[in-house]
Amino acid sequence: MLSMKPSDDYVLEVENLKKYFPIKKGVFSKEVGSIKAVDGISFGVKRGETLGIVGESGCGKSTMARLVIRLLEATDGSIKLQGKELTTLPSKEMRSTRKDIQMIFQDPYASLNPRWTIERTLLEPMKVYKIGTPRDRKEKVADLLNKVGLDPSYAKRHPHEFSGGQRQRIGIARALVLNPKLIIADEPVSALDISVQAQVINLMQDLQELYNLTYVFITHDLSVVEHISDRIAVMYLGKVVEMADKAQLFSDPLHPYTIALMSAAPEVNAKQKKERIVLKGDVPSPANPPSGCTFHTRCPSCMDVCKVKIPALKEVSPGRSVACHLY
Amino acid sequence: MQQNMLEVSNLTTTFTSRKSTFNAVDGISFHVEKGETLGIVGESGCGKSVTSLSIMGLVKPPGKVSGKHIRFDGDGIDLLHLDQKEMRKLRGNEIAMIFQEPMTSLNPVYRIGNQIGETLKIHKKIKGIEQKDKVVELLKLVGIPRPDEIFYSYPHQLSGGMRQRVMIAMAMACDPKLIIADEPTTALDVTIQAQILELIKELQEQKGMSMILITHDLGVVSEVCDRVLVMYAGKIVESGPVKQILQNPQHPYTKGLLASLPRKGESHKRLSYIPGQVPAPKNWPKGCRFSDRCPYVMDQCYVSLPPLFPISEDQHAACWLVKEEGREADVKHETVR
Repeated sequence: MLSMKPSDDYVLEVENLKKYFPIKKGVFSKEVGSIKAVDGISFGVKRGETLGIVGESGCGKSTMARLVIRLLEATDGSIKLQGKELTTLPSKEMRSTRKDIQMIFQDPYASLNPRWTIERTLLEPMKVYKIGTPRDRKEKVADLLNKVGLDPSYAKRHPHEFSGGQRQRIGIARALVLNPKLIIADEPVSALDISVQAQVINLMQDLQELYNLTYVFITHDLSVVEHISDRIAVMYLGKVVEMADKAQLFSDPLHPYTIALMSAAPEVNAKQKKERIVLKGDVPSPANPPSGCTFHTRCPSCMDVCKVKIPALKEVSPGRSVACHLY
Repeated sequence: MQQNMLEVSNLTTTFTSRKSTFNAVDGISFHVEKGETLGIVGESGCGKSVTSLSIMGLVKPPGKVSGKHIRFDGDGIDLLHLDQKEMRKLRGNEIAMIFQEPMTSLNPVYRIGNQIGETLKIHKKIKGIEQKDKVVELLKLVGIPRPDEIFYSYPHQLSGGMRQRVMIAMAMACDPKLIIADEPTTALDVTIQAQILELIKELQEQKGMSMILITHDLGVVSEVCDRVLVMYAGKIVESGPVKQILQNPQHPYTKGLLASLPRKGESHKRLSYIPGQVPAPKNWPKGCRFSDRCPYVMDQCYVSLPPLFPISEDQHAACWLVKEEGREADVKHETVR
């Protein structure tokens, strides 16, 4: 397990979080198995830091995000926001706590109401939580639009009048309206063109500095995660396989999956042609994961023990843990 | 002189709506040499996909393709002036295409084997057991395990990477001379993308095909392509050998694009970026189409559209700066707010 001293320093502490989706079959919806989308992950996020979460599709990174804001109920485990346990919170209290955790989604067009003006979208959360007078609220909206690099006069427009990058700026402004303690960004730049992607990443970093924001940044793009994160967790099939400081992880990746992931990413300025590790096969189905280490079917350095025993995530040096029998 | 597999001259694709007319592709010329991989990069809306559809004769009305010629395989055939029937004979036979999303290009209600077999039946008149053997061989070629079983599978039973392999097998069925791959790995995970790119490279070497690879990912271009065209707002803004373009880009757009990529070991610095966004065709500036986002913009840029100027023998850039400063326009890319 991770050595995590509970301190006020941590905004978010997740321990042994699990989400199993039941597979039902037949007329009586008998449960015949389960999909282990998130299978016992633990991590902590300190105030003002960015925790990057990387992994391929189906590894459970988005499910994890939904569990943290309790859009999905966890099967097991604990989620603490500033020391407050969220999993057992009554839904009424959860609703008032949820303003402290906000999300930025991949496709802002799908998450903005097309029939509402931007102003209405941004005012709504403040109305719901009864924050400020109508005048304060309008000022806040204008201020936020300014901060995310949009002209406040755009407030009366509808989402379809904006480009993808602008919509993502609105998505960010919406997440900031309630001054959240924690922002979970789920692939916020994946749908954007390269030149616009850079603008949005810069904006997120500027805002982090300005408001001392804490980010959980979920992405499949290694270069983006390297740029924005302080620490990184690599996920594979519902489990965290490696967790380390960014510099450590990129200079000296330990887990064979991390190594393969890094070597697979095409690079623009590959000065010397690197030896590429091409993984065989696909990510196995989480409904029927391989025995032992779930990565052993594709692992280039698989040993006998890997097929039987599940490796635990253990600390190999301070702040650095890996789940692999090699270490 | 080396013969070109494809020669496109002054290709223009026009779309007309009730209110307006615009050229999604605006008078571009390029060629693909035999056995070469040409990359076309650009951001969404730059016309790279429309270019490929135009070559394949797949632009639907109200779209209209015009130009001087699209010569295929020497000077024998002009794709621009073929009728539908003749085009159909070439398509899938001598020119094949691989699309981005295999699930939408495979028919969900037919078995994999039948779908690949259909190409063979139509173009090569191969039927029956001979056809099945050939299909299984193709599936083996693209690295599908248990090809005899997969032959009878439906698309939904396969993973994304497998489906893309099936698409490649289908494209390879008639040993085409030219393959157009439109974002073949965009929908795939990185580890699967690495597998597919490796496969494409291998097959190309084996068969000596020419290929046009359309992508927005400069990393993919650098790994797979020999030459590259950079497109912006319906125009080619820079072209040349991949190494030269990536290490010594001359057009401000290419420079900006490369500079906006997050780089190893330079994190937590601000990324440089191109201000603004790609303009919609109806808002294209009058002069150079990049003029409203360009950090080096000059008066001339607002007035007239620059043609492609040669920088070296094989590198060209469409920028007045290149002409102005002769061969070298080595201004450092800086961010302007």
